[in-house]
Amino acid sequence: MSVDSATVRKIASLARIATSDAEIEAMVPELNNILGWIEQLGEVDTSAVQPMTAVIANTLRLRDDAVTDGNIRDKVLSNAPAPEHGFFGVPKVIE
Amino acid sequence: MALLTDLGIAALRDGFRAGDFSAREVADAFNAAVAGAKALNAFIVETPDHAIAAAEQADRDRSEGNVRALSGVPIGMKDLFCTKGVQTTAASHILEGFVPEYESTVSARLWAAGAGMLGKLNMDQFAMGSSNETSAFGNVISPWRRSDGGNAPLAPGGSSGGSSSAIAARIVPGATGTDTGGSIRQPAAFTGISGIKPTYGRCSRWGVVAFASSLDQAGAMAHDVRDCAILLEAMAGFDPEDSTSLDLPVPNWEAALSGDLKGKKIGIPKEYRVDGMPAEIDALWEQGIAWVKDAGAEVVEVSLPHTRYALPAYYIIAPAEASSNLARYDGVRYGLRDLPDGAGLQDMYAATRAAGFGAEVKRRIMIGTYVLSAGFYDAYYTQAQKVRTLIARDFDAAWELCDLLLTPTAPSAAFALGEKSADPLAMYLNDVFTVPSSLAGLPAMSVPAGLDGAGLPLGLQVIGRALDEQGVLNAGLALEQRAGFTARPEAWW
Repeated sequence: MSVDSATVRKIASLARIATSDAEIEAMVPELNNILGWIEQLGEVDTSAVQPMTAVIANTLRLRDDAVTDGNIRDKVLSNAPAPEHGFFGVPKVIE
Repeated sequence: MALLTDLGIAALRDGFRAGDFSAREVADAFNAAVAGAKALNAFIVETPDHAIAAAEQADRDRSEGNVRALSGVPIGMKDLFCTKGVQTTAASHILEGFVPEYESTVSARLWAAGAGMLGKLNMDQFAMGSSNETSAFGNVISPWRRSDGGNAPLAPGGSSGGSSSAIAARIVPGATGTDTGGSIRQPAAFTGISGIKPTYGRCSRWGVVAFASSLDQAGAMAHDVRDCAILLEAMAGFDPEDSTSLDLPVPNWEAALSGDLKGKKIGIPKEYRVDGMPAEIDALWEQGIAWVKDAGAEVVEVSLPHTRYALPAYYIIAPAEASSNLARYDGVRYGLRDLPDGAGLQDMYAATRAAGFGAEVKRRIMIGTYVLSAGFYDAYYTQAQKVRTLIARDFDAAWELCDLLLTPTAPSAAFALGEKSADPLAMYLNDVFTVPSSLAGLPAMSVPAGLDGAGLPLGLQVIGRALDEQGVLNAGLALEQRAGFTARPEAWW
């Protein structure tokens, strides 16, 4: 499978990365080169194989359903680029 | 007396305990070495005060007869680990200025063991790279130079290239690294030092900036095998904050070190004899085989038939996980925000991420987004995870025949900066020998084993069964004892 500039533009949009037309054009052959190379995985017969879910067998633990953290609003906000009134600030989203 | 900065972790620890020098003297010596090595660009932030505070505490503790495992030992911290009150960027512009309010579990364990921090080490951006050329804070330069008189700056390997460069230059005695597909072992090989990636789950990922969560694993980098064992013991251990952390006691790896390999079977995977590998690396591998035999091991040939599919599987799985993990950089909660005039929320996300991520990070996010997108998920991601199962099974089958595997660490010695950066695929191939064990979560280490014709270090890799760090360290020690690697770069920085 190979990608064209419309597909690359769509991927960039899904990934929320602003890209110029020139950047899109540069990425098309680059991504096709990489995708063409990973395509070889299709050769492997995996019809009887389960996808890996855990690299080292491990049981997911449960803990008591109790509050273990909290009351650290200022710490949570301390690295926010535009906190407002004790909240994360974002540009207006509803007109 | 030798310079304090010539000493490794064990020698510093033991000399401090014996009263040969104070922790403060050690910290001062390394702080000065760090300050004098700016040309390497190994550090993003230097933290001499942290090292001094830990040293003064260690000196007080010693006077009270209360020394800890790493009292008196200052180290470097890869900038992927969150350090409370000290900028943590993963070498990215998008996290520039991010000052964590908390400490990663691994770094907290090291400070609790008495270690001090010399600074935050430069690296490939978000640990994506094999040459340290993707950092937003400039390339790290290897202290090594080719013996032909050329002064071409060489890559220290990646992504833990600040760690490898700083250790090889002896401006830190040891450092943390992280390894997703070879990011501890390949830089260790390139710079003539030792590095171990433990079994997935040994070291907590809590507070480590995430790249590919099913692969990311912290480990130790230092001059020799013993120093790696000491450092790893302090880093490893169960952490309830990480759901994949292994709830197992940490063995006393250092105390059980032994270079005697009698009774051990060491497998040589025939698929690792790749086309175009330099004859010098093949010869070093043969030498390594002779060394482990000399240490008492029996050598057997084994087959890992899916080896050639490991890299393409990795370059689906790692970018897929990265595209999910890096979705958190949105310009809202932390890090950079780029809000063009009149932009809405979606435009702000896109502008922020365009301005904050480097080219290689964007490339991997794009690949990951594509392979996870509707219609392609099964063909790429599910297929890659199935191939990953087959790769893990290959190792399981090998463990029926042997206890450890011996391979070269990387397919070449260090290359010059700029030599491979134009071709992402050529760069990815650097990890051909390290990625398979990462996909299977196995412990593996690189030890320096010799120099190539240009005077550059080459490493050998030992891979072990899950949880057999001891076997890996012991085989590493057997190689180290026979290689007698004492070469070091001449100081030009």
